[in-house]
Amino acid sequence: MLSSSGAGLTGMLAQHAEMVKSRVVVARDVALRGTGSQPDEKRVLDLLDKAMAAYTRREKPIEAWRRIVPPELLKDKVIGLKVNGLGGKGISTHAVLVLAICERLQQAGVAAGNIVVWERDARSLEVCGLTVNTDSRRVRCFGNDVAGYEDQQVQCGPVRIRLAKLLTRECAMVINLPILKDHDQAGMTFSMKNMYGAADTPYLLHPNNCNPGVANLNCIKAIREKVTLTIGDAMSSVYQGGPMFRPEHLWYPNTLIVGGDRVAVDHTAWQMLDGKRVEAGLPTLEAAGRRPQYIETAADAMHRLGVNDPQRIRLIEV
Amino acid sequence: MLCNGRWMLAVTVLAIAGAAGCTGCRKTKVDLFPASGAVAGWEKTGDTRTFAAKDLWQYIDGDAEQYISAGVVSTATSDYKYQGHLEAVADVYTMGDSAGAKKILESGQTKDAKTVQLGDSGVAYAQSVTFRKGPYLVRIVAYESTPDAPQALVALAQGVEAKL
Repeated sequence: MLSSSGAGLTGMLAQHAEMVKSRVVVARDVALRGTGSQPDEKRVLDLLDKAMAAYTRREKPIEAWRRIVPPELLKDKVIGLKVNGLGGKGISTHAVLVLAICERLQQAGVAAGNIVVWERDARSLEVCGLTVNTDSRRVRCFGNDVAGYEDQQVQCGPVRIRLAKLLTRECAMVINLPILKDHDQAGMTFSMKNMYGAADTPYLLHPNNCNPGVANLNCIKAIREKVTLTIGDAMSSVYQGGPMFRPEHLWYPNTLIVGGDRVAVDHTAWQMLDGKRVEAGLPTLEAAGRRPQYIETAADAMHRLGVNDPQRIRLIEV
Repeated sequence: MLCNGRWMLAVTVLAIAGAAGCTGCRKTKVDLFPASGAVAGWEKTGDTRTFAAKDLWQYIDGDAEQYISAGVVSTATSDYKYQGHLEAVADVYTMGDSAGAKKILESGQTKDAKTVQLGDSGVAYAQSVTFRKGPYLVRIVAYESTPDAPQALVALAQGVEAKL
């Protein structure tokens, strides 16, 4: 009896521990590109649905997306999609993924005009394959060059920056759509680093391998509270020579990495990137002197942005 | 004479103000890039954009530091298209001296790089060509891998080299 109760308690504790782990979904489709070089539209939508179903535990896409967007935001608040077009045409967030997310958000009840796809500027959006549009009858798509930055600076560790108005004023919630890349300064750029596009002077956050710049930036209230989900584009990646497009180091993981814990998402992506580097005969990022230390910093007691301990991450591969 | 002197001064001031008033990306009149048709099959599809070292982050944020530490003075870039289908971008980094250009060229090379006869030294991959000539470091990258890309990229690189 005692033994049985003990086992029951142990089981419950184990179940609880499992439940409080950060869920990170790694969804792959090796045939994502079919016979072409670009990801297939239908397969990307299917991959997104598969990832969101695993993340939300809801099989039907509409139900899954209604778990992501809270009811109080669904009706009349603006949902932002922060893409990344810095690396140029060959290595930017894929438009086909953005369009798939826009489709599902609308089916879940978000009005087209309440979706804003944004980046630093028009050029960064265009290289993603997106068209700038400010007409609120359709999904909007424009950059900080149109919306501007706040006049007032905010403290970000030792430096002061201005935040994009798209983040501070326009969007009630932001879904982060970075693309996985090696990064000359940070080691790796993915979820947290993508928020550099919300700052007017991102280069001020680059010293010391972007540490603690990345963690400090993500701690700013508007970013910490509004950016609630990452749907990371790892359909294409550069494993060396980033963050710009380096075709000689291009790689097609054909993967989406989804999670609400930005630190856990970045930790997972880092392991994937390092795995590819080793496979290609390159040193790991740490051995190359570019360990993405900011991930650890983001998880520390001062920042508490998420977890980087593999024991506290529930990795779900689908 | 005084009037002429004032006129000259005004023109000079306006010219300097015109050059300095536009920060970050600028259209440049001294174009280092071949015009459309100057190299067979290649069309120049965008304006030349130029970035001073202090503004390079606006073009290659996160990558700018390595060029700055190698002494970059300015960077010019332009988009191209080959025979209407292959898109590419050409970058010309003007470094402080040839050592800076050498440093960048030699960093990040992999064993599958092929040596090409361009400028002082050059390397090519299936989708890119990089070479240096004096203080210039030139990189041309195609966004797709096509059978004709390697040869076409070298041809465009030769066109850029001739302008340096």
